Amino acid sequence: SSALNSHPWIAHSLKTRPFCLGVLPNGIDRTSEPFARNSDAMDDLISDLQSHITKVLAGGGADAVKRNRSRNKLLPRERIDRLLDPGSSFLELSQLAGHELYEDPLPSAGIITGIGPVHGRLCMFVANDPTVKGGTYYPITVKKHLRAQEIAAKCNLPCIYLVDSGGAYLPKQADVFPDRDNFGRIFYNQAVMSAEGIPQIALVLGSCTAGGAYIPAMADESVMVKGNGTIFLAGPPLVKAATGEEVSAEDLGGATVHCKTSGVSDYFAQDELHGLALGRNIIKNLHMAGKEGLLNRLQNINEEYKEPLYDVKELRSIAPTDLKQSFDIRSVIARIVDGSEFDEFKKLYGTTLVTGFARIFGQPVGIIGNNGILFNESALKGAHFIELCAQRNIPLVFLQNITGFMVGSRSEANGIAKSGAKMVMAVSCAKVPKVTIIVGGSFGAGNYAMCGRAYSPDFMFLWPNARISVMGGAQAAGVLSQIEKTNKKKQGIQWDKEEEEKFKAKVVEAYEREGSSYYSTARLWDDGVIDPADTRKIIGLCVSACMNRDIDDTKYGVFRM
Amino acid sequence: SYSSSHNQTTQRIEKILVANRGEIACRVMRTAKRLGIQTVAVYSDADRDALHVKSADEAVRIGPPPARLSYLNASSIVEAAIRTGAQAIHPGYGFLSESADFAQICEDKALTFIGPPAAAIRDMGDKSASKRIMGAAGVPLVPGYHGVEQDIDLMKLEADKIGYPILIKPTHGGGGKGMRIVQGPNEFVESFLGAQREAAASFGISTILLEKYITQPRHIEVQIFGDKHGNVLHLYERDCSVQRRHQKIIEEAPAPNISSSFRSQLGQAAVSAAKAVGYHNAGTVEFIVDTVSDQFYFMEMNTRLQVEHPVTEMIVGQDLVEWQIGVANGEHLPMTQSQVPLSGHAFEARIYAENVPKGFLPATGVLHHYCPVPVSSTAVRVETGVEQGDTVSMHYDPMIAKLVVWGENRAAALVKLKDCLAKFQVAGLPTNINFLQKLANHWAFENGNVETHFIEHFKDDLFVAPTNSTSANEAHDAARLSATLVAACVISSEHSLLEENPPGGNRSLSIWYSSPPFRVHHHARRKMELEWENEYDNGVSNLLTLTITYKPDGNYIIETEENCSICLEVKATHLGNNDFKVEASGVIMDVSLAVYSKDQTKHIHIWHGSHHHYFKQKTGLELSDDDEVRHKPSFDRSSHPQGTVVAPMAGLVVKLLVKDGTKVDEGQPILVLEAMKMEHVVKAPCAGCVHGLLVTAGQQVTDGSVLFTVKDQ
Repeated sequence: SSALNSHPWIAHSLKTRPFCLGVLPNGIDRTSEPFARNSDAMDDLISDLQSHITKVLAGGGADAVKRNRSRNKLLPRERIDRLLDPGSSFLELSQLAGHELYEDPLPSAGIITGIGPVHGRLCMFVANDPTVKGGTYYPITVKKHLRAQEIAAKCNLPCIYLVDSGGAYLPKQADVFPDRDNFGRIFYNQAVMSAEGIPQIALVLGSCTAGGAYIPAMADESVMVKGNGTIFLAGPPLVKAATGEEVSAEDLGGATVHCKTSGVSDYFAQDELHGLALGRNIIKNLHMAGKEGLLNRLQNINEEYKEPLYDVKELRSIAPTDLKQSFDIRSVIARIVDGSEFDEFKKLYGTTLVTGFARIFGQPVGIIGNNGILFNESALKGAHFIELCAQRNIPLVFLQNITGFMVGSRSEANGIAKSGAKMVMAVSCAKVPKVTIIVGGSFGAGNYAMCGRAYSPDFMFLWPNARISVMGGAQAAGVLSQIEKTNKKKQGIQWDKEEEEKFKAKVVEAYEREGSSYYSTARLWDDGVIDPADTRKIIGLCVSACMNRDIDDTKYGVFRM
Repeated sequence: SYSSSHNQTTQRIEKILVANRGEIACRVMRTAKRLGIQTVAVYSDADRDALHVKSADEAVRIGPPPARLSYLNASSIVEAAIRTGAQAIHPGYGFLSESADFAQICEDKALTFIGPPAAAIRDMGDKSASKRIMGAAGVPLVPGYHGVEQDIDLMKLEADKIGYPILIKPTHGGGGKGMRIVQGPNEFVESFLGAQREAAASFGISTILLEKYITQPRHIEVQIFGDKHGNVLHLYERDCSVQRRHQKIIEEAPAPNISSSFRSQLGQAAVSAAKAVGYHNAGTVEFIVDTVSDQFYFMEMNTRLQVEHPVTEMIVGQDLVEWQIGVANGEHLPMTQSQVPLSGHAFEARIYAENVPKGFLPATGVLHHYCPVPVSSTAVRVETGVEQGDTVSMHYDPMIAKLVVWGENRAAALVKLKDCLAKFQVAGLPTNINFLQKLANHWAFENGNVETHFIEHFKDDLFVAPTNSTSANEAHDAARLSATLVAACVISSEHSLLEENPPGGNRSLSIWYSSPPFRVHHHARRKMELEWENEYDNGVSNLLTLTITYKPDGNYIIETEENCSICLEVKATHLGNNDFKVEASGVIMDVSLAVYSKDQTKHIHIWHGSHHHYFKQKTGLELSDDDEVRHKPSFDRSSHPQGTVVAPMAGLVVKLLVKDGTKVDEGQPILVLEAMKMEHVVKAPCAGCVHGLLVTAGQQVTDGSVLFTVKDQ
């Protein structure tokens, strides 16, 4: 060491502390009582979540799976695995769509959607699950299919449809067929995406009846598997009823007919594995030069990146069991961003909103997180930061834990509505990729300003503890019971305390149920409920998928000044 | 400490042409380089890119692949030496090394032949003559007949005199070619004629000699060295008893289980033999030792540096090629007999490209993976003339390498031999490594109970019994473990490849290829099917189906489907190249993997511990030759009997290529149609006779009209 000290520069650098501007502190005390309590509560939530997931991963049940296998067919997730590049990741969306939505279970809404790479190109997969109600489309199935197409259209992702479906679920046709965002929209989207040069590929691995027949027919290229794949507008029973013609499914609309005679399909596959291999080949041969978005431009992505300094698993111990309790969103950020490095913007101003720059898997992001109620200053800071990121093509990540904007006379007098509107305007118009994660509450206009579902974030995920509603259950019960009381008073009815409490309890219970993450994700109000420990990874994948497109220039409306 | 001779007028050797190929050429050049002597290689067209060519300072093409047109082509080799200004030629072993004529040509052209004088080669090359000379010099000989008279009846009489069993041997050549063992008088004639035929075909000279056949012999040979000043010494003996088909497999020095007095008797006899022919340079005197009577007899003298010379070098600590060059330069031997050290024990295992189960048939093919043991100390030597990617062709000897190890004593050397054999990695063609391992591990070999019938004697231990259910099950379990390790290594190297080289060259997508592959709320899984042949079960091919689950911590859970209870948690770390560290149920081991693709199949070799397994993995899909995917004319065949050919389009018959009733092959053109300004050849759909070909040239035919039928007869 004497040798080291003799060198003036080294001696100097040994004496100074490492330069670590912007590195977030741990923010969590592992030995504390809340840490243990929060961890236990989250563990319960996750094990509950995992039990639901286990059920949906089993598809339509053992018998249906067995029947599927007997036809030499793989399950939809296995099909996707075979299409994906070996050893690559798959970002599955809305696994719990359809959860407790109908009288019968509808695992994953009977359709698997998600994003993954094929021959180095990110693709959107849409795979019917024939083991779930024969792959038929319930209303939520349609919604999930359309959501996948929406993402594909926005992110410029080639679509691979793994078709194995009996078409619309007839008993619910009124909710499946007629409206704008119903079944017909699937083909409309295919046409529009194809027009925009986003490849539409269909692999017909099973039946493809009636309306479903248009998925391969509308595709740019399609593959059909001999024996299993069939395409027809009407199946053999209907044909017999209509015309008296007796014909087998294979002769009516099998791969031979469509690849050889009708030209409805382009590639003849001898079996499913062959079909999937042909599917990979089609993607290999795509040539999307000039349509690659930012990915193929020199983008500022660090190839080498540091993992966060703190264990991502500790994200399971941050969210408090009681939504009323606050926590520092920086402890979440510290476990999401590369090297836990977060360069905070306007750190001392509008402190209930935390804004700053960081990287996630080397990709630059601007992060906006809640650290309490939104005040005037916080909202203005948020709008300013969004403008910065939009100007510089930096994707935005919203970490929502918001009870709303500050209410009260002082706040109103200060123009909180005006300030909030500025942030909402900025969020709505910013054209950079946006990813929203609800890590706690999402209430009222806070949901809007923090890029809730209505603001079309590119992706939106919930932690299992998340709560979404127009206001808190207790507050709503208070407001509603006041109105009820007034009404009853008008009618001259005296409302006893016990009944009022019962009324309130009912409202609270309804808000509790409808505000839960399961209620949301079942209805596709989000793209999935995630394990907090996966947050970093999922944001990283989402941002990467978003960067597959060019970012349009942002144009704002009129800011109320 | 060579001392130069003053009356020697020849210039010192500054450039050597090595008239050989493979490991010996490389080995000679290595010493030459160390001595500052330039080297010239010669090569046939097959060896253009061979290691010996790359190792030399210069290389000269001497002809096409067949040896007789290249490495046996004395004149072009001599010409190459003159062209490149080499003063000396080292012949190596084999090829022209024991050609007295070649030595003579060299002498005539004033080139130094690094080897014995032509006269000694001639004397010793003729086995009958050599025995006469040896007998006269008092070297013990096997009772036998070495006469010029080759009359079959006389030979039979002589055989009866010596007593059976009898060995029949061509007087010229070596390597066991043409040799026959005759058990009794009734087999004599057939064997004799066979030996004559083979000798004539191999060596051009069909003279035969007879010898008493020793039933439990050992093959012990003595390395001798002489200089041009009449000094001859020996460098102890080598035991080369372990042979198959009269080819040596494992050699060692010194010979095990012999007394030092026996050793010095052998040495003395060998020196006397060399002196009897005025020998100089390196030579080997082979003796046959009768283990029953403890007698030894002179067999033959090899007038060259032998394949197995390194075992001698290891125990005496000398470089024999350096000695050869010194002697050729006219120097005195660097030491006297009493100064020759004897230290430790050495083994040499010859690694061949050959098919052991098919009777050691030479194998050819590409060395897709070749990674000999890392040479970490002077105690291990790998003599090789090939590199990864080289082809072992049918033109030359299929030896890939010689593995030479040294130890303080025989047991210590044997431990090293076993270790090195287990780590010697060759993939792409079958080798004898597994057999060598069995040999080295055999108790009798460990005891040094070697004799020339060793392999025949212990064949039940050394060769795989094709149906042995216990061994088959054990082999299956071992293969399953190896398959598990293969899966872990393949996936981990796939990951490091993905990181370096993302598909589509898209580096910005690297997050999608990080390990383990991400799945939302579940672990990614994949299946891997490995094909493996169980040699203990008639070589039946087994399909091992593995299910691999990626754990978030980067480990893999690998289960073999046939028995779900067998499930290992494995962690594999790719160390680079073919090497991995694998941890499976608490055991951390070194694993090497070689993977190459050929014929839509991935060939995977794995080495770990003393295990080596070979698996195949299909990469392509097996698709049936389905009618639907074959490009056949699409006209309707159903309404016509088989073999009927209809006009694929309306058109004009331009030409008839066969007559009605002609026998045709499948696909043979029958007639030419013209339509839409294009000619269209109508071909026979199958083999048979053309019937009903009634159209004529110039005739217009309609779409779908019957043109002719092809019937079986």
